[in-house]
Amino acid sequence: MAGKTLYDKLFESHLVRTNDDGSSLIYIDRQVLHEVTSPQAFEGLRMAGRQPWRIDANIATPDHNVPTTERSGGVDEIVDPVSKIQVKTLDSNCDEFGILEFKMNDQRQGIVHVMAPEQGAILPGVTAVCGDSHTATLGALGALAHGVGTSEVEHVLATQCLITKKMKNMLVRVDGELGIGVTPKDVVLHVIGVIGTAGGTGYAIEFGGDVFRNMSMEGRMTVCNMAIEAGARVGLVSVDQITLDYVEGRPFAPKGEQWDMAVAAWKDLVSDNDAEFDEVVEINGADIEPQVTWGTSPEMVVGVSAQVPNPANETDQVKIDGINRALEYMGLNADQNITDIKLDRVFIGSCTNSRIEDLRDAAKVVEGRKVAGNIIQALVVPGSGLVKEQAEKEGLDKVFTAAGLEWREPGCSMCLAMNPDKLGNGEHCASTSNRNFEGRQGFGGRTHLVSPAMAAAAAVTGHFIDVRELIK
Amino acid sequence: MNKFTLHTGIAAPLDRANVDTDMIIPKQFLKSIKRSGFGKNLFDELRYLDEGQPDQDCAGRPLNEEFVLNLPRYKGTSVLLARENFGCGSSREHAPWALDDFGIRSVIAPSFAEIFYNNCFKNGLLPIILSEEQVDQLFNEVATTEGYELTVDLENQVVKTPSGEEMAFEIDDFRKHCLLNGLDDIGLTLQHADDIKAYEEKRRQSAPWLFDAIK
Repeated sequence: MAGKTLYDKLFESHLVRTNDDGSSLIYIDRQVLHEVTSPQAFEGLRMAGRQPWRIDANIATPDHNVPTTERSGGVDEIVDPVSKIQVKTLDSNCDEFGILEFKMNDQRQGIVHVMAPEQGAILPGVTAVCGDSHTATLGALGALAHGVGTSEVEHVLATQCLITKKMKNMLVRVDGELGIGVTPKDVVLHVIGVIGTAGGTGYAIEFGGDVFRNMSMEGRMTVCNMAIEAGARVGLVSVDQITLDYVEGRPFAPKGEQWDMAVAAWKDLVSDNDAEFDEVVEINGADIEPQVTWGTSPEMVVGVSAQVPNPANETDQVKIDGINRALEYMGLNADQNITDIKLDRVFIGSCTNSRIEDLRDAAKVVEGRKVAGNIIQALVVPGSGLVKEQAEKEGLDKVFTAAGLEWREPGCSMCLAMNPDKLGNGEHCASTSNRNFEGRQGFGGRTHLVSPAMAAAAAVTGHFIDVRELIK
Repeated sequence: MNKFTLHTGIAAPLDRANVDTDMIIPKQFLKSIKRSGFGKNLFDELRYLDEGQPDQDCAGRPLNEEFVLNLPRYKGTSVLLARENFGCGSSREHAPWALDDFGIRSVIAPSFAEIFYNNCFKNGLLPIILSEEQVDQLFNEVATTEGYELTVDLENQVVKTPSGEEMAFEIDDFRKHCLLNGLDDIGLTLQHADDIKAYEEKRRQSAPWLFDAIK
């Protein structure tokens, strides 16, 4: 019999029951809540007269709506009245049900997918849900983490279980060594370019091979974060010493005897050598260059030295229409050099790239340089209060502000522009976020997804440039 | 939850691949803490020429006359024809809420993004997967026939065209059962509360560090 994949192990170890119709009930160890997708779930509980099944499985923080400018005045001073109500509703729901919440001005507040692993709330071997598709991020710890809708948020609150069906297994194996200036973001954008935005639908993707084994936890989180941009609800990396070193000592991580017991249990959280995957994608890490998206889907991505694609080279009509529509929306021409794309704004942040390592990468590039004259605004938004504190300890904030970038308070910010940070109509943005959909960062805004280093390079030159030319 | 059994209604073609949930309902409308009222902002950036605001009266807004759902012949659409990977991106359940509130009862496409697909079933909305050839055929027929209606029969798992042609589709038994009967799946899961408690007790023994840690 073939061995098991990490996903098989996680799924089977959480199976409560399999129903006659083939659906399964799996136990959920952790739920992370934020203000946008939880209010209707709490309201549903109240209307049905139900209580949460298990309070201590939940942790909450507001992130999507919070302003990233000075906010010491608290929630009452959020200018947008609808945003204010949503943040207040999370506060009151958590207070009412006794759920631990890091409120807006708590030092531990942050983007859910940055805060939860940072606190040790997500640990290897757990199952987790959050009403947010980027929950896939947490699979970097060897956890089975699903993004869910609001009805499922309510279902997990009420039953501690998720109704699901076992997914298929995909292995994305990247071997070899990454070149200088090529980061985890470039790897995952390249992977999405190869398998397509729906290539992972129905699969749990495990990222394996030398490149991921040698990658930091921050980098692994960046990669798993964007599994959903390849269509996969789940991204995973097997547990190793890098995982254990990251987890040890975090506030909600086990300590003492329980730590030893946990480590012993976590050693098995790897895919067996003889595990069979339904699909294997192999990529040579040395072939990957810094990536830039040119279109309105994350799969519309090329290396920085390439040109914007020409629809004349395609045969499929739906694809041709898609490229033409994207070129029109983005205001780009077929065959134009990526390095000729001029930028108006730069955004460094989001659950994909707002961890300390991302900020260090960006700071290294802007140090001693100035934001280019054509850039209206360059934002740096740390992923949590603790990331912000660490960055300030290292003096990164000073590096950014000296170069003319703005240093902000933590939150989702311009990744989806639910707060005041947004693009103007027609503006091009070099963004370290995860989605380049039409209007995502603001009505008519044009998003180009890149790594923090590439965003920083764009900030100081005003257009895309191969970051390797600046860090030689 | 609303039941879904049999539905006949006007079909409209939304001819683009990878329609994401940001497009179905843009972020500024997610600030509502209710489940209803999203229909007027369904496909907001495609439907209107200006930038929509939450709580705005949409009656006076400039319409994009070319957008399919604004064409007079598709007034009252309740079956949406779509292309591959419909509903990709954000997990926002506001997307099926908006479709439902607008009056869409079923979406037919060659493929759906998983989270969106799943969210539909929680809201009495039926996503149907047909082959690319079948979807192409429906796109062609709807384009040439004004007032083109489709019948969606969940019990028999078929889509019927006006000419009487039947296209069979697959659906999970559990989801079908819930939709046909309008069942609340929390209630169904809680019927297995003893199984959940038994699992939880085992989990507490094998992974005690996961209990009473977050407080």
